[in-house]
Amino acid sequence: MAVKIKVENLNAWYGRNHVLKDINLEIEANKITAVIGPSGCGKSTFIRCLNRLHEVVPGARVRGHVWVDGQDLYAPGVDPTEVRHRIGMVFQKPNPFPTMSIFENVAVGVRIHGLKPETKLEDIVERSLRMAALWEEVSDRLYTSGASLSGGQQQRLCIARALAVEPEILLLDEPCASLDPISTLKIEDLLVELKENYTIVIVTHNMQQAARVSDYTAFLINGELVEYGPTPEIFTRPRDKRTEDYITGRFG
Amino acid sequence: MLFLTVLATGIALVPLASILVYVTIKGLPALNWEFFTQLPKAVGEPGGGLGNAILGTIILVLLAAGIALPFGILTGIYLAEFGKERLAFIVRFLCDVLTGVPSIIVGIVVYSTVVLTMKRFSALAGGIALAIIMLPLVARSTEEMLRLVPRSLREASLALGATQGRTIRSVVLRSALGGIVTGAMLATARVAGETAPLLFTALNSRYWPTGLDERIASLPVYIFTYSTTPYEDLHRLAWGAALVLVSMVLGTSIAARIAAKKVNGGK
Repeated sequence: MAVKIKVENLNAWYGRNHVLKDINLEIEANKITAVIGPSGCGKSTFIRCLNRLHEVVPGARVRGHVWVDGQDLYAPGVDPTEVRHRIGMVFQKPNPFPTMSIFENVAVGVRIHGLKPETKLEDIVERSLRMAALWEEVSDRLYTSGASLSGGQQQRLCIARALAVEPEILLLDEPCASLDPISTLKIEDLLVELKENYTIVIVTHNMQQAARVSDYTAFLINGELVEYGPTPEIFTRPRDKRTEDYITGRFG
Repeated sequence: MLFLTVLATGIALVPLASILVYVTIKGLPALNWEFFTQLPKAVGEPGGGLGNAILGTIILVLLAAGIALPFGILTGIYLAEFGKERLAFIVRFLCDVLTGVPSIIVGIVVYSTVVLTMKRFSALAGGIALAIIMLPLVARSTEEMLRLVPRSLREASLALGATQGRTIRSVVLRSALGGIVTGAMLATARVAGETAPLLFTALNSRYWPTGLDERIASLPVYIFTYSTTPYEDLHRLAWGAALVLVSMVLGTSIAARIAAKKVNGGK
């Protein structure tokens, strides 16, 4: 068991609104960790703190530490763009770049960071699309607009785009919220395959999804971490009354 | 309700349609090969054209666009992407004020700064005056277009590890390009017909343009000059000039729409 991410006394604000309060937890490498909780509990803010994306919103502030492999992402002098290079993210609403082709959407990150010697852009694009289980569906129309794909395909394109820059960690913010059940299942299968090589943190609204795919679950209410542990324990023997109420659907 | 709105729209369109029809009827007889290729003749001599004024207007407008577009677009990018504090508020406010300043005042200011310093009327001074009128239009339209680019696209780019500069260049500007081009062309069309600022700066000329430091002819100024003479021949040329000018402005506006459609075609 290797700890990949260690979150220590993490606090976050939007303006005066204190949305995350003293979060402490350790995320295992090569596991899927789900973050659940009612709307507005700070779960999206939480994962946006893990790749320093929270701070790009005007008025947003973070205090605390996020250690990845022993390096504090919030230490002075750490370049947030370098952090985001190592930690990929997929958003709630599929957001492929509308002016770019499918190929360009996947290639753009590689172009930003520069192609490693001895590698070919075409190979990286194909490998990323295969990892995202999208290659078979788009290989004959790589140069058409990414916006022409269905919602589920667009979301897998966004996953391929994130994977192309070879991150170590993949953050997903309710990636299936706008997708139909079949696309959702495809993405869940994909995540289970991907955890071989990546550490995955997924925010989800959907308790069944957390139970199906995740190894660990963190439960947040009002910006506080209520309970965190192996998913089967959280779902079968919650220690906190609030967790039990939430997973049995009594509130939230 | 529907009836009322249709009626109002119809009435609003009357002036536009009548201008186009009237200018076409009055201007068309003046247009011939000579009109586009010849210099104006002395008063009383038959024939002659306004080739120098057509060329002059094109030069002035290109000069203005060459100055105003880079500054205006960069100002717009600053306002939309970086300007979060007081300075941006002030810049935005000044842009809005500048948009409302009567163009004749811009002409006087350029006269007292550029023309008096250079001690001569010049195409350059005319171009600067038009550029000052264009600048706030371009800056504000660019800002508006950039603001329309959804936050989710910026975040997608940042999440890939792109810097803010790279995000603006590769994602934001590319997505807003159609709108920015449209705004730039509409601003260009808007200044093509300006007369007042040119009277103080580029003045007028009876000859082909020879240099940017020389006074230069333009269609609006010729329309103004010719229509205030008592000669029927010159009135005819003025109507011809009006038709050419309206066509240029209309053509630019239509081209702007087509450009916007083309660029955004993939969406």
